[in-house]
Amino acid sequence: MIRLEGVGKRYPGGNEPLRGLDVHVERGELVFITGASGAGKSTLLRLIPRLERPSRGQVLVDGADLARLPRRRIPYLRRRIGMTFQDHRLLHDRTLFDNVALPLVIEGRPHTDIRRRVQAALDKVGLLAQSRAYPVTLSGGEQQRVGIARAIVTRPPILLADEPTGNLDPALSLEIMQLFEQFNQVGVTTVIASHDQPLIDALGHRQIHLSEGRAA
Amino acid sequence: MSISALPKRWAKLHAHAAISSLGRLRRQWLGSIMTAAAIGIALALPAAFVVAMDNLESALDGWQGAPRASVFLDTGTEAAQYPDIAERIRALDGIRGVRLITPDQALTEYRQSSGVSDPLALLDSNPLPAVVLAELSGGLAPGAVDRLADRLRALPAVDDLRLDRDWMARLAAIIELGNRATALVALLLGLTVILVLFNTLRLDIENHRREIEITRLIGGTNAFIRRPFLYTGVWYGLAGGLIAGGLLAIAVAFVADPAQRLASLYGSGFRPAGAGLTGTLTLIGAGGLLGLSGAWLAVGRHLSAIEPP
Repeated sequence: MIRLEGVGKRYPGGNEPLRGLDVHVERGELVFITGASGAGKSTLLRLIPRLERPSRGQVLVDGADLARLPRRRIPYLRRRIGMTFQDHRLLHDRTLFDNVALPLVIEGRPHTDIRRRVQAALDKVGLLAQSRAYPVTLSGGEQQRVGIARAIVTRPPILLADEPTGNLDPALSLEIMQLFEQFNQVGVTTVIASHDQPLIDALGHRQIHLSEGRAA
Repeated sequence: MSISALPKRWAKLHAHAAISSLGRLRRQWLGSIMTAAAIGIALALPAAFVVAMDNLESALDGWQGAPRASVFLDTGTEAAQYPDIAERIRALDGIRGVRLITPDQALTEYRQSSGVSDPLALLDSNPLPAVVLAELSGGLAPGAVDRLADRLRALPAVDDLRLDRDWMARLAAIIELGNRATALVALLLGLTVILVLFNTLRLDIENHRREIEITRLIGGTNAFIRRPFLYTGVWYGLAGGLIAGGLLAIAVAFVADPAQRLASLYGSGFRPAGAGLTGTLTLIGAGGLLGLSGAWLAVGRHLSAIEPP
């Protein structure tokens, strides 16, 4: 489903987080990307929805070479990839409902469809009762769950999560990870970047450890 | 997604952009009103010029049909000869009628219309010449008018001749100048509207930077991101056009009475007209179009610069 071959990323200024990375994630798999801070975990994830372009090497998503993807097709690639961020990336002047509805609004879906799907997604992450609330009134863990609801509301085949348990206590972290496991169980290819090694070990999925820009 | 669902989806996306952009404007209503008012004033000015020129032309329309010649007689001409000379003028081809104004009549008319009697009272004798007002037949070719003028000048006791056509030509030149000036003002102020909107939308885009980034992040197309800003520009333009139409109507009502009085002094029943329904709709439409252009420029220039961090 996701294949990186000989991928290198070098930023202007010399920082080089990835140096010849080979990664392959099967369809329907759940994979953890681990490694120290700055090992290139976020960069790897950002290559998949083409938020970044590799300096060299090839990125294939569902068989399509992203280097050959025309610019105007990028939005449609991103719609098939749900992504959550450590800093949540929510709109603070919108309610939870409107935040989660955004990917559906972008697609121009009918109102009734939007309402049904947003409610289902918020219900799934346990925040249906707060759908009229604004993100600032929520805790970090709850905001992360809003981000997850937004990522899965369109039922994308791929789910990417960048440090989803960043600042959460162990109990909340486990809850979040179990949420991802549930999505994975219904067939969503899931890639999670995390440095929470004890938790990852306890869950027991395949791990890709990044070190010096390569998969160790 | 079926093909038949596409137009519906497209309409829905447009409706969403139109309504959400209105919502944005409403949230900062004071700033929005001020921008719309600035655009309205910028549109009202050239529109006022256009309406003024239209009125001027329609006020003068009645005079263009019947050209007249004022034939000034030598001041030394005996009063007894006046009717004879007038009769000879009337007999010429292309003259429909004549009216004699004796020096005495001219003096009386002058005193009445100018209200100045004293300067002339200081003079020993009446300095005004007798005038024969000759009404030319309608539809004379310019060449025929010239030949007629030559024959009038050749008559004995005729000192000078003034054709209405002369000052009609001058007036036409003035109107042409006025039209050019109007076009220039319209061009400059149209440009102003575009610049005002360009700047307003640049700030608007900057204020929505985070939203734009996140929308790009989750797969919003450029068209989706662009649309609300384009609608914002159109709303501003339409509102500006509406304000301009209102200002123009007020201005016309404000000057209508004095203008009518002025026209009646020239013996005309003319009363100034406003922009009318078509004119007002054109004004609003022009506003919308200028708004769209300004928004398009701003969006083209600034949206592409915003990428998710």
